[in-house]
Amino acid sequence: MQRQTLDWLHYFANPHRFLRFARAALLPSWAIAVAILIWGAWAVYKAPPDYQQGETVRIMFIHVPAAWLALFTYSFIAGASILALIFRHPLGHVAARAAAPIGAVFTLAALITGSLWGQPMWGTWWVWDARLTSVLVLFFIYLGYMAIWRAITAPEIAARTAAILAIVGVINIPIIKFSVDWWNTLHQPASISRFARPAIHPEILQPLLIMAAGFTALFFALLLTRIESEILRQRMRARLKREAGES
Amino acid sequence: MLLYHIMKQDIVLAWRQGNISLVLAFLMIAVTLVPFGIGPELDLLRRLAPGLMWVILVLAVLLSLDRLFQSDVEDGHFDQLLLGSLSLEGLAMAKILAHFCAIILPLALALPIAGALLNIAPAALPILVMAVIAAGPALCALGAVGAALSVSVQRAGLLTALVVMPLFVPVLIFGASVTHQALADMTVNWWALAALLLVSVAAFLLSPLAIAAALRVLLR
Repeated sequence: MQRQTLDWLHYFANPHRFLRFARAALLPSWAIAVAILIWGAWAVYKAPPDYQQGETVRIMFIHVPAAWLALFTYSFIAGASILALIFRHPLGHVAARAAAPIGAVFTLAALITGSLWGQPMWGTWWVWDARLTSVLVLFFIYLGYMAIWRAITAPEIAARTAAILAIVGVINIPIIKFSVDWWNTLHQPASISRFARPAIHPEILQPLLIMAAGFTALFFALLLTRIESEILRQRMRARLKREAGES
Repeated sequence: MLLYHIMKQDIVLAWRQGNISLVLAFLMIAVTLVPFGIGPELDLLRRLAPGLMWVILVLAVLLSLDRLFQSDVEDGHFDQLLLGSLSLEGLAMAKILAHFCAIILPLALALPIAGALLNIAPAALPILVMAVIAAGPALCALGAVGAALSVSVQRAGLLTALVVMPLFVPVLIFGASVTHQALADMTVNWWALAALLLVSVAAFLLSPLAIAAALRVLLR
């Protein structure tokens, strides 16, 4: 199993080979993502309103998958960075960089939908709830990561520095999460506990899982698109440099 | 021995270049601005003071991070040091300790005066100073990671702040809870203090690895 994973990774160590794969996979991956999302939208439409929260519960079907994907994308960035930094996989840096804006948008979507959901539930646009606060900090980590990529002009230095930051971030996220939870129990009375239901009803769970699958498919479709264009951009730059040298 | 010399040199430089007095002046001016912002009512100030103190402290540390490694890299001092037997990790540790001595200790000693201006109860001041000293290694170590990551960027102040701020969140939370309880009933929140120390020790031991990795990228 281990061996096979490594072979699979080795296969894509060649950017040209990956480009060929990406071109073939681009259309199917978008088709799958769109199909699952349409199915998910239908399932969300059919889902019953919550007996306490009414129709606003439907925000959850975007909010929760977006929050999951926000965390998943950061783990992906950290994994790709480790692959690039330690195993010198040439696509690692490209993949991590391509994933960052996608993850930041998922994080922002989780924050905005959380705020929209909080308005009818808590009567205010923002509550310093432990989960919202942690996600806000995660958003700033994304911003810092992308800022490093932009600020450092030498591509090789930017790639390695950003990878180190991604790994530092992934070590810190559990500590931040723990400390924010701890801080929150100090300051917040348990007035929002009606929010936490002991078990999710299957009629709610099914559309939620479909939406999560749809968001994941969307992530990979976007990622593939962004990696493809990044490889093409690198090629174009190399070609321009070569031609400038010849003339 | 080499570590000791690097530390001593950094502290002397911080003193001679005026960084220490600048950071103290920053603390005092920030404290002076607070009553203009929220009003001079002493009861209100006393309630807000511990939290404000921590925020001001974190900002002061952030401002002091500028050029922590940059000047050494630019003038070739780093290459000289690396020719010797010292590892980058050891160098990072020396830098963190020197920064702690040059920035955190003066800030901690000046806190009683700043605290008096914000009407903090005198009995709580030793606890505040203790909490700041306990948080110091974490602030310096994590700040140094940010400084090392942005070492190749000119005028990296805001970039460093953006990178470092999320890392400061746990330190701020544990530190502030120590002082909140101290101001409420003059007792020490031992759990928060223990967590703060744990974060400090972990940051001090682990961040040299990240700092060294970031500097190695540049020196390659």
